[in-house]
Amino acid sequence: MKALAARRHDRRAPVVLLLLALLLTGALYAVLSPTSADAAPAAATADQVETGEKLFQANCATCHGPDATGRDDVPSLVGVGAASVDFQVGTGRMPMQMNGPQAPAKPAQFDEEQIAALAAFVAALGPGPAVPTAEQVDPALGDPANGMALFRTNCAMCHNAIGAGGALSQGKWAPNLWEVTPTHVYEAMVTGPQSMPVFNEATLTPDEKRDIIAFLDLQGEGAPGGLDLGSLGPVSEGLWAWVVGMGLLIGAAVWIGARSS
Amino acid sequence: MTTTTAPTGGGKAAAATADYLDQRTGIGTAVKEFARKIFPDHWSFLLGEIALYSFVTLLISGVFLTMFFVPSMAEVHYEGPWATMNGVEMSEAYASTLRLSFEVTGGLLMRQIHHWAALIFMAAIVTHMMRVFFTGAFRKPRELNWVVGFVLMILGLAAGFTGYSLPDDVLSGNGLRITDGVVRAVPILGSYLSYFIFGGEFPGHDVIPRLFTLHILVVPGLILALIALHLFFVVLHKHTQYPGSGRTNANVVGYPLFPIYVAKAGGYFFVVFGIIALMGATMSINPVWNYGPYDPSPVSAGAQPDWYMLFLEGSLRLMPGQTEYVLFGPDGWTLSLNVLIPAMIVPGILFSLLALYPFLEAFATGDKREHHLLDRPRNRPFRTAFGVSVLVAFFILVLAGANDLIATHFQMSLNDITWVFRILFFVGPWAAFVVTKRICLGLQRKDRELVLHGHETGQIVRFASGEYIEVHKPLDAHERWLRVQHDAIRPIEIAPAEDSRGVRRQGYRLDRMRQRISQVFYEDRVEPVTPTELAASHSHGEHDALGSDQEKAPAQLLAEGAPTGGGRRLRSQDETDPDTRNT
Amino acid sequence: MSITPVNGHDDHEHGDTAGSDVALREGENSVGKFRNPGFGPHRPRRSDVDPAANKRAERQVVVLFAISILGTIGFVVAYFALPPGETLASMRTSNLALGLGLAFSLLGIGLAAVHWAKSLMNDHEKAEDRHAQRTSDAGRAEALQVLKDGADDSAIGRRGVLKGALVSSLALFPLTLALPLIGEVGEDWNVSKFKRTLWAKNKKLTIDPTGRPIKASDVTVGSVVHVIPEGLDEAEAPLDEKAKAVVLLVRMDPRDIKSEQGEGWSYDGIVAFSKICTHVGCPVALYEQQTHHLLCPCHQSTFDVADGAKVVFGPAKRPLPQLPITVDDEGYLVAQSDFAEPIGPSFWERLR
Repeated sequence: MKALAARRHDRRAPVVLLLLALLLTGALYAVLSPTSADAAPAAATADQVETGEKLFQANCATCHGPDATGRDDVPSLVGVGAASVDFQVGTGRMPMQMNGPQAPAKPAQFDEEQIAALAAFVAALGPGPAVPTAEQVDPALGDPANGMALFRTNCAMCHNAIGAGGALSQGKWAPNLWEVTPTHVYEAMVTGPQSMPVFNEATLTPDEKRDIIAFLDLQGEGAPGGLDLGSLGPVSEGLWAWVVGMGLLIGAAVWIGARSS
Repeated sequence: MTTTTAPTGGGKAAAATADYLDQRTGIGTAVKEFARKIFPDHWSFLLGEIALYSFVTLLISGVFLTMFFVPSMAEVHYEGPWATMNGVEMSEAYASTLRLSFEVTGGLLMRQIHHWAALIFMAAIVTHMMRVFFTGAFRKPRELNWVVGFVLMILGLAAGFTGYSLPDDVLSGNGLRITDGVVRAVPILGSYLSYFIFGGEFPGHDVIPRLFTLHILVVPGLILALIALHLFFVVLHKHTQYPGSGRTNANVVGYPLFPIYVAKAGGYFFVVFGIIALMGATMSINPVWNYGPYDPSPVSAGAQPDWYMLFLEGSLRLMPGQTEYVLFGPDGWTLSLNVLIPAMIVPGILFSLLALYPFLEAFATGDKREHHLLDRPRNRPFRTAFGVSVLVAFFILVLAGANDLIATHFQMSLNDITWVFRILFFVGPWAAFVVTKRICLGLQRKDRELVLHGHETGQIVRFASGEYIEVHKPLDAHERWLRVQHDAIRPIEIAPAEDSRGVRRQGYRLDRMRQRISQVFYEDRVEPVTPTELAASHSHGEHDALGSDQEKAPAQLLAEGAPTGGGRRLRSQDETDPDTRNT
Repeated sequence: MSITPVNGHDDHEHGDTAGSDVALREGENSVGKFRNPGFGPHRPRRSDVDPAANKRAERQVVVLFAISILGTIGFVVAYFALPPGETLASMRTSNLALGLGLAFSLLGIGLAAVHWAKSLMNDHEKAEDRHAQRTSDAGRAEALQVLKDGADDSAIGRRGVLKGALVSSLALFPLTLALPLIGEVGEDWNVSKFKRTLWAKNKKLTIDPTGRPIKASDVTVGSVVHVIPEGLDEAEAPLDEKAKAVVLLVRMDPRDIKSEQGEGWSYDGIVAFSKICTHVGCPVALYEQQTHHLLCPCHQSTFDVADGAKVVFGPAKRPLPQLPITVDDEGYLVAQSDFAEPIGPSFWERLR
């Protein structure tokens, strides 16, 4: 005690204490912050992060850089979160095959484990949105009517009224949503991939996102009136009216006008 | 009417009924006059019938829909079988549309039949107009009926537009909003016109009931009246007919109304209705539950009108925005030419050209005769080329109205497509005009060639001199007649500007203008073969033996330009020349 | 199968092309033209020469009519057996069954009638004469005389005042119908309403359609929020107000903002623009967060949100009006004032 007491009177003691406190705070923050910012998936193990890093260096580092901070037109992946990786790699958009107006969806290049590893690695780079739980994206728990109202205001202008997709400027497009998995829909909303804006948990609450998923789940199964003609609206209807309707009618007219053999 | 068990009972009853009616209406005269009236037979004469029958289909299905539709903009909450609409606030018009679609058995079918029939109605009107235009059926005495038909087309657009907006969904609501924006662009009156339509500010509470009244009463009433007038004219003028053996300008050749057309035209009504029913059964149309009830905030990708309004949408999309001006200083009046030109001036020009074309052509032709024999389109190159170029302009605007779908389906840039269409709108019609005219003149030359030299037979004959020729089989009189019956109209000739004493005469300027227009129409032409030319061509094999002062060789005739006119000469056609013979 | 010829002749026997009306025959037989060869030979149909084919055609017509009857029966059965029900599949089945029943019912009749006419009815063409539309000179003279007699009877020519009174009263009376219609049809005709919206100082920005107020800290970079003014539902005509007041809120990196329409109208990279297109009024809402471009799905006007919403492509001329915003004490986003200019499409007196 004496020694301590003696040291307490040391003139350097406050400085040392301050440094210690700062270190402790920093260490605590470093340990606690990723989990408190709902980022790293609970199951992310050091193993996964390591595998992920290897995969990243082999497949992604060419563009995103070895430290994943991106360059010029290539975005930094620090802080994009596991959700972003799961969406981009899980839908095959990443790795990109070639430069174009936007990266198209294609068959995924990695299996689920590898994607999870990549996601764990990127999530470890900085806090970001996590992959949603199964309950968060369960269509059965959502309200499709509310989902449709939200979809209409927030999504339909790009993705078409029921998610059939639509055009953006300069060769970009908003893709069809019928075949997209609920998890990917959720991740896209929360991360805002490419041209798509971000819908964070404040602008669309997790419940509202699930409502939208419930609405989308009911689409793409056809129309009550027969063939849905792509659900593209009056242009495709007009085309079919001319091709099928006028085609059949003029065909019938030619038959009526032709002499019987 | 009574029926008895006597074998002739039916006949007796019919006779009694006929007698009863005739004593009171004199219907016998009408039956005598019309029952065996002759109509010519051709498939293209049925295009107008498609329009008529799809209109009847519209009336039948429309009456069904009015029984369940509520034209009200009052807000209600939907409760029904459609999950994505449960509890949603919407107008009664929209809610009743859902109810009649999902809860009325056969309601969805009737709704889809109604909408498909509307698309077919407009498509048939346009196709029918094309037939009338390209065959010259609008010439005297049918100019007025052309105008009646034109007004019917405009009314068809009005009927489609008013009906399209009735379900009060997001898609049609945005259509109304665009209408509001276009109307507001009208100089001076714009804002007031907008209030006139919507009963105050957009969207208000009046527009659906107002459109409903127009859609089910005013517009169809006018259409019915004009259809009656249109058909009255057809009976009065008797139907036109295609040229052919035995058919003249002074007769009409075909089959009697009863029984042939009662069966054919009556049967065709059922065919038209049946095909539309088939479409209603198998293909979804205007699923308003996808778009949601109208709300001024949302909009969906693929925001487009029905096909017949698509050209307006395309026209609006193509127009660059720089042409909005503020007149008289910074706080002056706003003139939105970026809206007025594409939404009013361009369609105004297209429609005026269409409505006035018969009068323009009559002015250029200077022809006062009645015409009951149709033209083959190739024989009127200017008209055909003009019609095709207007169609091309229309078609480019339609495509421009679908540019976002072209972009997504063919993976192109929306902006690039827009630029291509901006250029094509000016280049396309012009190119189509030139190409079509050349094709028409080429087909006429082909006809001449065929008349003069006959069909190729594939038989090769070798002369003693060693020369090979292919034997040609001359056309029979009927084949030939089809290709020589027409007149090649020549540009009109006018009196000189000054008379013999050098006095300038009145009206010369108008005549000169008329002559210029006439030259544009008819300068380039190919004259039909005359009997003299044919005789010359037949004697052609031995023309060396004939004295040249007796009959000119065909090559010489052609070289003088006599049959082709217009300063353009046919290439001299020597039957032994392999190039011309085998083309 | 002989049929009495109309107006005199059954054409195929003699290729005569006579028509009585001289006016219609002008130029027909001019020298240097071929002559109309008259009707070609009539080609008999199989059913005309072969009794078996005739019988077969008759049977086909009967079968077609029978199909129609079956179609109608099918429709009736479907009506009772297949109501639309509650699910998409049952609605589709009901629609399909009813529609096919109806289509067969109609097509059967139509095809039967046409087939009957084509294969079994007399197919000899007949000719009828045409007459010029014009009334004969004598007829015209008579018509004129009739009108003149009528005019004389009424003595309208000599009664100038009466004629004037008639014309005036007829010209004026439509006013009684037009005046109330035109007067009332546009409600109050107060078109200056175009220039105001519900936005006002300290009016909270709320999320469309839920009406939740928005905290500035809740809006992340790259996100977009569709906004309506607080208390929209209490407005007198909510839809009319919404049609003018909808706003699109975007947050971007403040360094990306190239220009704004007014000094201090944004808050920390959050900008708000009217959602109503300055072209013809569609809601402009396709925000591409990488380019900061806002595209209108109706006519593809493209606005650069980072550059004061200036038009970069398409048919609009003016930028979307910017809503000046700030935050209140609790951190909620609020409007500084109404828009500085009328929103939406141009109209004649927009700047007056």
